[in-house]
Amino acid sequence: MKEYQIIVLAKQVPDTRNVGKNAMKADGTVNRSVLPAIFNPEDLHALEQAIRIKDQFPGSTITILTMGPVRAAEILREGLYRGADAGILLTDRAFAGSDTLATSYALSCAIRKMEKYDIIICGRQAIDGDTAQVGPQVAEKLGIPQITYAEEIISLTNDKIQVKRRLERGVEVLEASFPILITVNNSAPHCRPRHAKRLMKYKHTTTMSESQEISEDYLTASMGNNQIIMEWGVNDIECDRAQLGLGGSPTKVKKVENIVFQAKESLKLEDNDEDINELMKELITAHIIG
Amino acid sequence: MANFFTDNPHLQFQLSHPLMQRIITLKEDHFKDKDEFDFAPKDFEDALDSYKQVLEIIGEISGDVIAPNAESVDHDGPLLKDGGVAYAKGTQENIDAVIKGGLMGITLPRKYDGLNFSTVPFIMGGEIVARADGGFANIWGLQDCAETINEFGSDDQKEHFLKRVSKGETMAMSLTEPDAGSDLQAVMLKAHFDEDKEMWFLNGVKRFITNGDAHISLVLARSEEGTKDGRGLSMFIHDKNSGGVTVRRIENKLGIKGSPTCELVFKDAPAELCGSRRLGLIKYVMALMNGARLGVAGQSVGISEAAYREALIYANKREQFGKPIIQFPAIYEMLGVMNAKLTASRCLLYETARFVDMYKTLAHISTERSLTKEEREEQKKYQKLADVFTPLAKGLISEFCNEIAYDALQIHGGSGFMKDYPIERIYRDARITTIYEGTTQLQVVAAIKGVTTGALLAQIEEYDKATIKPETESYRSILTSMTLEYEEAEARVTVHNNPEFVDFHARRLVEMAGNIIMGYLLLNDMQRDHSYWKTLEVFLRFARARNAGHFMFISHSNLNDLGKYKIEL
Repeated sequence: MKEYQIIVLAKQVPDTRNVGKNAMKADGTVNRSVLPAIFNPEDLHALEQAIRIKDQFPGSTITILTMGPVRAAEILREGLYRGADAGILLTDRAFAGSDTLATSYALSCAIRKMEKYDIIICGRQAIDGDTAQVGPQVAEKLGIPQITYAEEIISLTNDKIQVKRRLERGVEVLEASFPILITVNNSAPHCRPRHAKRLMKYKHTTTMSESQEISEDYLTASMGNNQIIMEWGVNDIECDRAQLGLGGSPTKVKKVENIVFQAKESLKLEDNDEDINELMKELITAHIIG
Repeated sequence: MANFFTDNPHLQFQLSHPLMQRIITLKEDHFKDKDEFDFAPKDFEDALDSYKQVLEIIGEISGDVIAPNAESVDHDGPLLKDGGVAYAKGTQENIDAVIKGGLMGITLPRKYDGLNFSTVPFIMGGEIVARADGGFANIWGLQDCAETINEFGSDDQKEHFLKRVSKGETMAMSLTEPDAGSDLQAVMLKAHFDEDKEMWFLNGVKRFITNGDAHISLVLARSEEGTKDGRGLSMFIHDKNSGGVTVRRIENKLGIKGSPTCELVFKDAPAELCGSRRLGLIKYVMALMNGARLGVAGQSVGISEAAYREALIYANKREQFGKPIIQFPAIYEMLGVMNAKLTASRCLLYETARFVDMYKTLAHISTERSLTKEEREEQKKYQKLADVFTPLAKGLISEFCNEIAYDALQIHGGSGFMKDYPIERIYRDARITTIYEGTTQLQVVAAIKGVTTGALLAQIEEYDKATIKPETESYRSILTSMTLEYEEAEARVTVHNNPEFVDFHARRLVEMAGNIIMGYLLLNDMQRDHSYWKTLEVFLRFARARNAGHFMFISHSNLNDLGKYKIEL
């Protein structure tokens, strides 16, 4: 039976779903210190898709790749608890301040270093930026096909993958060859829970930096590290430094505005056929329905 | 994104009880599994951390999957399909989530793919699940049946059945029959040994079997022809895959509607004998029921927690006469007492679970090496405590649960009577807790022995000896005077040397002892966390008044009462 090498791209993000008063700083950027750091929700949907492939093709491997500060190793462990086999943390000062372009460049360089892969799978977008750009950009940089807004992986054969996309007005089924990058919607199934035994097995897994923090003895720390979570810095990947971090990021935030959603005008209808007919006509003319 | 473990600091507080260190060290037998299993803990801190993190998984599944499904599960219920049970869609989703979380076989040894957790976190898991859905807590709790196989089954049976439980197969205990409810000695279901096939076969009917269509069932059956009492009963394991059992009916119930209550017909159903013949009721069912009773006590605390939270939210939100109703004394007084009963229930629940843990872990070690003299004494002490605390806890906590659910619905007013709020379902779910696994009246029959033998008083005196902070002495003096009152009440009842008179007042005496014990436990907890002082004060006011009422009743009662209360038709 075919075995697939799967890479899941994931991001640790501030939990913007339950924001309080201090969630934004005065300059319009996210105040990360007051929000809990979580596994980006749509990346969890992506991980579930990866684990389902592994359920179906047991020899497959899942490696989670994330770029971020040292503490982002938390989501790699979280991934291991749920079913991933390994994690790679891409961390270096040189990556700091990356926009989507610099991020996708760094990720694609890291992926090139990983010898073989069949499927790269990630969430459609992260809840801190909502750009939905990184997935497609990684595919472009690697020169591989991409299927975005995936809801379900319908089938896998030796050389083909069939994927259902959820679009605004319906679904679309596409077929593609390997390697492929897939971005997953939040309409895909939720990720399975952490598994009790996997949690107990992997909770002591650390990156090199974390081991050194725990143990002052550098040698012991590196010997105790079992390399399930690897840590790569800028020197571990082949890349053009000019395209990394703040320097490699052309995105500039021009302005941040507070938007309050509210209905500007309202229409009062009586419960008679005439008014309802009028409303239906209006909705059809405006292409809201029909 | 709710987590029913992390949002409840009382649970984490119970987990940090000083006795946990000893329990875990015994359960892990000096952490000897660590070289053999990659998920086994290295030391006490590691194990306790695993307990917490695994409870977090249970909390997350409860908050995100089980609780949101509760309403539809209550509405849809299970269906009878081809002589079996088809769970409600939400129930199946819950089971799948629990299995994917690797949460079955929690207390089983690692060699049978279990997590080797102690009773405390298992019961806590049950509490958390019950808060999300009281009915689903049964399917969760029934994994405890595996403990009976682990304790009394053969090595082959353990190897064969326990690993399947750890993988997620569900369990049931088939005990009751149409004519054998509280009185299990009357069980009729027949077991006969076929000499040619060298196998046992079961024939008969079981009724009111929770999750009756489980993969693996423990069945109480009459193996000794011609016998009429409990000594003719043995315990069998029935594997659903062997066939021979059909579900004839699923009961239509008041509450816990998602939990299938089945009537089963056994027709030459092949089964394996578990343990020794004739010990089915007198030994194995007693062990099984003690586990189940503690489970129901945990379930009751979970349902109480759910009810209390619903009432608190509603009382804050609902405005009448220009302000939230929680600001009216009539309402905040109710909520204060509900909170006190809930917190006291939880103290008693985990105290009992710790006693069970202590004797069970020591008993388990005794199968591998001989215990030291001190250990043997310790085991005996805790076994006795567990025996008397289990019915006490089940009886009192399930009654509190119903009182809390009743008041929680009352706070909702007319809205609580409608199906628009969860409290209507929670109220119905609470009702069974005082009935199954032995009614409160039967728990009292067991717990009154703790009164008449002085076992409960001895434990109360033990609690009284603890060194406490000087500023909390006034609470202790209240408890001391309540104890004197209890002793006098007990003397006034037993002085007549009339068993019927003892039975007549048993409920009152058991409640009095229980209230005092819960008071001491709260006082104990307050030594570790001062913030419990308010709860303790409220509980003492309530408990003192209730005990004084019982004392008054008993003081003015004599043997003539027995005649006065009997109503003749």
